[in-house]
Amino acid sequence: MSDLHTDTVDREIDRSQMKVSDEIAIEIVGMNKWYGTFHVLRDINLTVNRGERIVICGPSGSGKSTLIRCINALEEHQKGSITVDGTLLSNDLKNIDKIRSEVGMCFQHFNLFPHLTILENCTLAPIWVRKTPKREAEETAMYFLEKVKIPDQANKYPGQLSGGQQQRVAIARSLCMRPRIMLFDEPTSALDPEMIKEVLDTMIQLAEEGMTMLCVTHEMGFARQVANRVIFMADGQIVEQNEPEEFFTNPQSDRTKQFLSQILGH
Amino acid sequence: MSETHAHSAAYVRREMLPQEAPPALETGAVKWLRENLFSSWLNGILTVVSLAFIWLVLSSILPWVVQGIWNAESLSECREIRDQLYGEGHEVACWAVLGDRWRQLLFGFYPPEHYWRVVLALVVFLAAIAPVLFESLPRKMLILTPLAPFIIFFLLWGGTIWGPLAVLLGFVIGWAIFTYGSPVVGNLGGTVLAILVPILYWLFIAGPIASGLGAILPIGLEFVASDEFGGFMLSFVIGIAGIVLSLPIGIFLALGRQSDLFIINKFSVIFIEVIRGVPLIVWLFTASLLLNYFLPPGTNFDLMLRVIIMVTLFSSAYIAEVIRGGLAALPRGQYEGADSLGLDYWQSMRLIILPQALKISIPGIVSTFIGLFKDTTLVVFIGLLDPIGFSNAIRASTEWNGIYWELFIFIGLCFFVCCFGMSRYSQYLERKLRTDHR
Repeated sequence: MSDLHTDTVDREIDRSQMKVSDEIAIEIVGMNKWYGTFHVLRDINLTVNRGERIVICGPSGSGKSTLIRCINALEEHQKGSITVDGTLLSNDLKNIDKIRSEVGMCFQHFNLFPHLTILENCTLAPIWVRKTPKREAEETAMYFLEKVKIPDQANKYPGQLSGGQQQRVAIARSLCMRPRIMLFDEPTSALDPEMIKEVLDTMIQLAEEGMTMLCVTHEMGFARQVANRVIFMADGQIVEQNEPEEFFTNPQSDRTKQFLSQILGH
Repeated sequence: MSETHAHSAAYVRREMLPQEAPPALETGAVKWLRENLFSSWLNGILTVVSLAFIWLVLSSILPWVVQGIWNAESLSECREIRDQLYGEGHEVACWAVLGDRWRQLLFGFYPPEHYWRVVLALVVFLAAIAPVLFESLPRKMLILTPLAPFIIFFLLWGGTIWGPLAVLLGFVIGWAIFTYGSPVVGNLGGTVLAILVPILYWLFIAGPIASGLGAILPIGLEFVASDEFGGFMLSFVIGIAGIVLSLPIGIFLALGRQSDLFIINKFSVIFIEVIRGVPLIVWLFTASLLLNYFLPPGTNFDLMLRVIIMVTLFSSAYIAEVIRGGLAALPRGQYEGADSLGLDYWQSMRLIILPQALKISIPGIVSTFIGLFKDTTLVVFIGLLDPIGFSNAIRASTEWNGIYWELFIFIGLCFFVCCFGMSRYSQYLERKLRTDHR
């Protein structure tokens, strides 16, 4: 699954649009989070520039999902600050809804709405949050559904689609809000091996267009090919971060070496 | 891969097998009988015994029903006719009581010359509820739905037309404040004003307006007091008002019980537990007797209205718990999916959570409604004359003294038709809303 040496896609990746700018997209300073008394995130400092493609990996329970879920306030943090696109994340609901509408998110279990068709899943947020006219929202939705290569399923319900197709719909649904940042929370972990590739392909396509992405994933091939930075987390802390080539060939901390040997060792 | 394994596993299928028809077993009725009724000796015996039992029951009941006498003025006349026709001692039904007293069973003491108002109210109700129940009907019919309560109220109770219109105006005021005021004072302020202003209007302005206009232009129908309501009409009015009002209240209570806001949460919990923990009959006695002590002397707060409020509150507590079950059954991912798209609380509830939670809760909701509708017969204990109350009254009359089964069968049948209809509709709705393809 996480083979470092096979490429995720067979084609050549187009890197012309993958540019990291100086503009800061996300800034996390001294962030701490507790679940009850359990200190789940400890002193996280992370700056993400626009156009970065960051892969976050680490053993389970290391807090990597919690970290990206804090960015769109699905989880509350208790100390420190998170600034997204220049907006400081606070308890103000208006503020949170604004950030959420600017930051797209894909989940491990897709979280599509089973009572709505694919098209309705995609047009719902633009119509109700952005107040886009229905016609226009549908056109946008079809554009993105074509992009993830499932326009012909638009009138089906999520339950009629395969896992890979559902995840691609979930990506299209997020894109319909025209987000400037995309968060991926283990997008391929619930998928059969055959379907992982089609989802990764869609994500690579996004990266090629210059999207700022944070991915929690175990797909190390994807990390090597697409990411410009790999972050390794353990016990709620950022243990190591580096460019992918360096990260995989020359890990510094023992914890990273151990992790890499476990997932790449065989 | 080891070499030995590679050798032993050398098998390649040259052609794929096509699909074939299933083997030709016996089909049709014989097969069905054998599978369902006589699959073994024991089952065969059970089938025969059951058939004999069904025959026994039907053969004693059906003649009683079918040979029943329809034309008679009293029970004694019924018996005479029976003795002539079938000989003495042969029990048959005396349906004549229904022909003689159906007006009371259906309309109570409602003035006969105004029966058309009740029938028209029923028609208005059906026309208003139809587009809500069936999506295939033209959407324009929905215009009638919000107006129907006022039309029905006016038809049933009568009085001048200005009363219902003045009440309706309050809703229009609230709506106008919300639509045009919200952009000015913000959403929260708009909502509060849209609730507060109409309440003040209803308390202090609506009454004088209605009576003033009524004095100038006395357009309307003859007033019929609640005391004259009875029979199935009473059950319907209480039952339908309870059903229509308890669903929204129940939804809000269920959301309240899930809320993180301390006061709202505790209020909902206490309300639900207290209402649900006390028998309905106690609440009905409270409504009929105790409330009078608490209200200022001289207030004439309609008994039927009090009963409707109690029944509504009672069933809304049950509805709230049923819906809470539906809310709890939704995976957390649905809440997170809605949140991550930037939908606010009410949007995510209305568009994502409630449609799914309500769909899961349909069987529970409908069975609560059925329970409520049947529980309306309890009002007989506080002196309202529902069909059961009238059956007692009819039995107390000299003509029909001693008649039991016929009345109860008729009443039971009427309730059964309504409840069975609700049950079938809920199954239709479940089928229609099944989109998850599990």
